[in-house]
Amino acid sequence: MAESTLSTQPLEIAARLLELATSAGADQADAVAMSSTNASTTVRKQQVEKVSESTARSVGLRVILDGRQATVSTSDVSDAALAETAATALELARVSEPDPYAGLADPKEQARNVPQLALFDEQIPDVDGDHRLSQALACEEAALGADERIVNSGGATFSTNYSTFALVDSNGFAGAYADTSASIWVEVMAQEEDGQLRNAGWSTSERSLHRLDNPEDVGREAAARALRQLGAAKASTCEVPVVWEPRMAAGLAGIVAGAASGDALYRRATFLADRQRTEVASPLLTIVDDATMTNRLGSRPFDGEGVLTRRNSLIEQGVFQGFLFDSYNARRLDAASTGSAWRSVGGLPQIGSGNLSIEAGDTPPEQIIAEVDDGLYLTTLMGFGINYTTGDFSRGAAGIWIRNGELAEPVQEINVSGNLLEMFQRIDAVGNDAQWFGATSAPTLRMSSMTVSGV
Amino acid sequence: MSDTPADVIGFYSTQLGVDEAAAESVLASALGRGGSFAELYFEHKRSGSLSFEDQQVKSTQASLSQGVGIRVVEGDAIGYAYTEDLSLDAMRRAAATAAQIAHGTADTDPVDVTAESYPADRYAIATPSTSTPLSDKVELLRRADDAARAYHSTIARVDASMVDEEKRVLIVRSDGRMVADYQPLLRFNVSCLSESEGERRNARWGGGGRMGMAYFDDHSPESLAEEAARQAVLQQEAREAPAGTFPVVLAAGDSGILLHEAVGHGLEADFNRKETSNYSNRIGQSVASELVTVIDDATLNLSRGSVNIDDEGEVAGHNLLIENGQLAAYMQDRISSDHYGVAPSGNGRRQSFRHAPMPRMTNTYMTAGLDEPEDLIRRVEYGIFCKAFSGGQVNITNGDFVFSVTEGYLIENGQITAPIRDVNLIGNGPDVLSKVTGVGHDLEMSDGRWTCGKSGQSVPVGVGIPTVLVSGITVGGTQMRPGAGMSA
Repeated sequence: MAESTLSTQPLEIAARLLELATSAGADQADAVAMSSTNASTTVRKQQVEKVSESTARSVGLRVILDGRQATVSTSDVSDAALAETAATALELARVSEPDPYAGLADPKEQARNVPQLALFDEQIPDVDGDHRLSQALACEEAALGADERIVNSGGATFSTNYSTFALVDSNGFAGAYADTSASIWVEVMAQEEDGQLRNAGWSTSERSLHRLDNPEDVGREAAARALRQLGAAKASTCEVPVVWEPRMAAGLAGIVAGAASGDALYRRATFLADRQRTEVASPLLTIVDDATMTNRLGSRPFDGEGVLTRRNSLIEQGVFQGFLFDSYNARRLDAASTGSAWRSVGGLPQIGSGNLSIEAGDTPPEQIIAEVDDGLYLTTLMGFGINYTTGDFSRGAAGIWIRNGELAEPVQEINVSGNLLEMFQRIDAVGNDAQWFGATSAPTLRMSSMTVSGV
Repeated sequence: MSDTPADVIGFYSTQLGVDEAAAESVLASALGRGGSFAELYFEHKRSGSLSFEDQQVKSTQASLSQGVGIRVVEGDAIGYAYTEDLSLDAMRRAAATAAQIAHGTADTDPVDVTAESYPADRYAIATPSTSTPLSDKVELLRRADDAARAYHSTIARVDASMVDEEKRVLIVRSDGRMVADYQPLLRFNVSCLSESEGERRNARWGGGGRMGMAYFDDHSPESLAEEAARQAVLQQEAREAPAGTFPVVLAAGDSGILLHEAVGHGLEADFNRKETSNYSNRIGQSVASELVTVIDDATLNLSRGSVNIDDEGEVAGHNLLIENGQLAAYMQDRISSDHYGVAPSGNGRRQSFRHAPMPRMTNTYMTAGLDEPEDLIRRVEYGIFCKAFSGGQVNITNGDFVFSVTEGYLIENGQITAPIRDVNLIGNGPDVLSKVTGVGHDLEMSDGRWTCGKSGQSVPVGVGIPTVLVSGITVGGTQMRPGAGMSA
């Protein structure tokens, strides 16, 4: 692997657009350009369902004129379109209003060299349609063959992507990096005796082919998860301990990162506001945001403003360490950028996380379950029931009931609810089984009590 | 004035060099390996957005997205490729990529493309917002901001934004059909934060449609802002919601999200063709209370979910899905209608030229019943009244669906009493629809604020419903309470 396979075209296009903007009178400007080639093959019931392959490219410009800011993007990269883009940006900036915090990143914080993070797997651009097809077929075949009660399939997809991101700004920053990703996804259905189907999906997603779980394992996992939901019924309404399987726990890391956004802090739309350096969770909980990990999906050498990425501790043994910032929100809250700006071609930088990890504990997951007399092992969450301002959490769920320390019968059509600050305080066990799901790693977690709504 | 289909065809020909001859050439490449059908979906979309916070304009944005998506169908399988480069060479290369789904040789005569006209009258607008001066839009945002702040002393923050787009689509198919449409879309959003004694609550509201500035003739920025502010302030005194299964009264309008999740997605024909929906093979069967009739209707004037033609070039229609509780029909796209041997229902939609179409909803609603809305509340001894929502989701296969209530109240002894905090509701589609025991005469469509996601693709949709009583849905609150029944 190397970072060498870098299309120079996006960097050239971004530089051309920046030059057009500055010569047309922008005080400050930055331009981003992206090129992304995606290919995927989907099979269903061992027949090809869809094959697609395309390269997308687009370019975006931000200009600042007398403190007035505007952004313009286009997928047409002809000279005429780039000229029009620059002209439109300046025109829009003139009718905007001055914002004293608008501006580019501090050049001192920007990356001088592009750190090598092994983001590019040289094999991925060479993966052909036959390989995608065979991987998708193998994954689905393993799922369909796992048990005779697996009777139907939502399909299996193998996809690959390679992209180049380029950023240039009028302070002299110019950087680009290329990255790759590959993923396998499958969904299958198990059938009840009465004909009703229970579905489950599973996937693997990585920067490099060699890191992917093998397709048969992905298929067997989906099948096992569909099978274990057979016979699922509603649980009774109660307050019980809830064990979060690692994939569900990974979602909690994402919620913390969202609530730790410096933009949400500025808007006071986060339950973490005013809680910096205070205990917001059980001492067992440690969460880290780190975009510098080698060969990980959430890694990148510099952020959407060219700022060098870094490791940011979010929660350290229950204590909230601080918010994530881009340079705009850092300026307006008198903080420093944490290298957390994400930039799409179409808009202003937005705050986001890199790789998120909930640090593993030392309890085996079997023991975490064994210690529960009556409770829920949570395997599915549904819906949008998270209020980031208040921390109120209420979502649809399914899972397996725990009786006398063992996984007993499956349950579905239930709700789990609580307030996130209380929920984090109630974490009383952290597993030693941290696993990666895309850009997030998490172990099994247990909360001593949540409200389960059912019959 | 908005463009007519003929204007759009002219635009592609004169501005982008895409005419009948170019389309015929690209289609020839698409069918170069003998696919049974091919389609070109050209899209030219200009969009803009303005955001307003801290009582001033924070940013202005504009974007142009254009390209062509090329689909080649061979049996039930498709090959798909797109390009933003509309030169003939680039389009033919993309077509050759999509053609790889087929494995033969070209065995058809060259396609003879003919532009077709049809009545495109569902959102012909006088003043597209995309050609309105920015200063006029800023004024609307300022009025919203002022109104929200004036609403209550606890309103500490107001964020308002306006996004609009104009999309010109041109669809050319291997059966020779060439149709076009001009699709405007506008949305106005307000978000308010109320802060009192250290407690913060927020709420969002907004609306729009396939409309121009005329939207604001009937929906003042003040009224939208005051609604967001009202909900945020109301939340300050909200109690914990109960936990358990209770009767639920759904207010007219936005509660249509229940239908969208409980039956809408499950009636999209792709899931049924694959027999992965819990509504598969149930046409003609009872899937809901006799009080329930559900329609998907792309023809509603100016509505966010309306389209003149779908994204496969079919004239989109008014489709009866459930009639008096009986399943009448699925929503079809081209592949599924071929499978079922029925006419396409005009529900083949896609997010953009980068995406292949699939069956999607347009505007989905329940028809009006006979009950007085107030009577439905009076019939509940203890339950929940739901008015505003943040979103929903469904598991197509087992039928479980959720929707999140952001404005809800307790009903006690037939009266609406205290507001409750945000709460999620979960039910199973056919089960919940069989428990519809009252339907009001007050059908109302939601204002245009909903976006539907499916398989990674977002499309604008509309929802609607009259006031409805459901005898039991599981309410995911935190307050434990013994189960309570409903009086007859």
